[in-house]
Amino acid sequence: MRDILNAKLGRRGVLGAGLAGASMLAMPSVLRAQDKSLKVGVYGGFFKDSFDKNIFPDFTKATGIAIESVAEPTGEAWLVQLEQAAKAGAAPADVSMMSQVAMLKGQSTKLWAPLDAAKLPNSKNLIDHFVNKYPDGKIAGIGAVSWYITLVTNTQAYKEAPTSWAALWDKANADKLGLLALVSNSFLLEVTAKTFMGGTKALDTDEGILKALEKLAEVKPNVRLWYRDEAQFEQALKSGEIPMGQYYHDVTGLAASQGSPVRSTFPKEGGIQDSGCWALSRASKKTEEAHTFINYMCQPAIQATLSRKVGTSPTVKRDLLDLTAAEFASVSSDIEPIIPRYDLYQTKSDFLNQKWTEMIAG
Amino acid sequence: MRREPPQRLADYGPLFFPAGMLIVFFVVPFATMIAVSVFQREQGGFYTPAFVFDNYARFLSLFFGKVLGFSLFLAIAVAAACVVIGIPFTYLLSRSPRKIQIVWLVALLSILSLSEVMIGFAWSTLFSRTAGITNLFVWLGLMTQAQALTPSFGAVMTAMTYQAFPYTVLVLYPALVRLDPTLTEAARTLGASPVKAFFTVVVPALRNTILATLIMVFIFALGSYLLPQLLGRPQHWTLSVLITDQAIYQSNMPFAAAMAVFLVLVSLALVGLALYAGQQRQAK
Repeated sequence: MRDILNAKLGRRGVLGAGLAGASMLAMPSVLRAQDKSLKVGVYGGFFKDSFDKNIFPDFTKATGIAIESVAEPTGEAWLVQLEQAAKAGAAPADVSMMSQVAMLKGQSTKLWAPLDAAKLPNSKNLIDHFVNKYPDGKIAGIGAVSWYITLVTNTQAYKEAPTSWAALWDKANADKLGLLALVSNSFLLEVTAKTFMGGTKALDTDEGILKALEKLAEVKPNVRLWYRDEAQFEQALKSGEIPMGQYYHDVTGLAASQGSPVRSTFPKEGGIQDSGCWALSRASKKTEEAHTFINYMCQPAIQATLSRKVGTSPTVKRDLLDLTAAEFASVSSDIEPIIPRYDLYQTKSDFLNQKWTEMIAG
Repeated sequence: MRREPPQRLADYGPLFFPAGMLIVFFVVPFATMIAVSVFQREQGGFYTPAFVFDNYARFLSLFFGKVLGFSLFLAIAVAAACVVIGIPFTYLLSRSPRKIQIVWLVALLSILSLSEVMIGFAWSTLFSRTAGITNLFVWLGLMTQAQALTPSFGAVMTAMTYQAFPYTVLVLYPALVRLDPTLTEAARTLGASPVKAFFTVVVPALRNTILATLIMVFIFALGSYLLPQLLGRPQHWTLSVLITDQAIYQSNMPFAAAMAVFLVLVSLALVGLALYAGQQRQAK
């Protein structure tokens, strides 16, 4: 023993010992890789935390598949990363939750591996429009959750909840609004069309879109912040710095339940309903595990848990769920939602983006 | 020591590492960007390799011209502000006792450890109505009502100057420390006031350093995309913000690449112009 302690450690000796140590440390992960696992991308922050706490542990218990959750950015940033990675044959996540706009863009480049309906018996529980299909009928993605973007207010600044999206245009709200900065995530064109132009069909033509933009330009003096970063607006809404705006119904509800002076209102024209799909990257090699996971998530019981714990609106049919009327009302609304014109973000995305940027920055 | 020109290939050895790094981390990414900038954008999808100039053509419009103009103006303004504040500050710093110098330099260096996000959020809090410095002014009786100072051009300028200031001082500091104090003493003996001595002796002696500082801060500020978003209104968004939008949110890589190439070319041209002007002046 003493000899070992006294032995002079050369540089090589240290390096060698380090290498041996490192490879020993690496062993368990080599062993673990033999087990079944799946990398799942969910929106970072509140969503990921809730899934890690309420959903993934039960899934691992039920199926033996370990979940490694990956925090993905909102917007299309994650789509770009997945696309670039898939070109190099890599998948930063096997299954990802993708919003509709990103989902459709991925479909057009065949980024999503087609799913096998036979391996997803629970997918029949879903409301039809939550199943995304390729033109040839193959399934590209399965509805994971849906969520609403609503009109949110600080309860100290606004004693009465606003009732209509028209509040955004109210001259009394000068410099008080926080709105999403991009045409493809704010869906404000649809809101304008529904509120003032009789419905989103008004956006069918370029003239209709330009008219909606013109109407929307009238809100500019009211807007204090066009946000890309959700945390920035959420903070300002809670403090009353920016007391009104558009935001996610689920996160606002959570903040309110934790005592922040905020509320989310479904305007009479409807909240904006967006949804996320589970989609499998074509570069993933975990097809079996992915099907097991997606099938598991389509169970009514899991969807009900999501509504209760995460505050998302379910994608399975209402009559299969055991949610009480009050529970359902807290995550959704009977008012007909504003469904975004996803088709436009496919066919006219550059036109829309150009005109939108000129509208807000011009 | 006598320098001999390299004789064998191995003599060039020490160059291989930096050259390799330069190729891997600069030449290859930049070449990729140029290549992508002429690719065909697939609307609602991604892009396909091609050789088209559509992306450049889209950029050549009044709207993007204005945005580019504003970005350059903002970067120049930040560079000027940094130098105007930085020279007297560093001059006084270099004349103060060693202990004070160390404290200031450590404080300035610690700003560099802050990310752009933290700087942005800190300033947006400082400039807010609910928790900002105007509340302090109200308390002091200087203002009657707290008000929001952000979003505004001033807020963007302040935060960007704050962020670039440590670099300014770090570039100016060695030159000012090495500046021979007998120069100003001579000027003073000949009857110049301290202010006059500063402008007629110190500033001209530092001309090259000042030019280098201006260029460095200008390029640093030109790439800023977070602070204008966090603290400015949409008309204060720089070209870098729009590049990010295209690349990350619209997945329009070709257009983003074309804008980036354009931005690099314009800034290189401006830097070249500044250097040329500096040389001309020296030649006189």
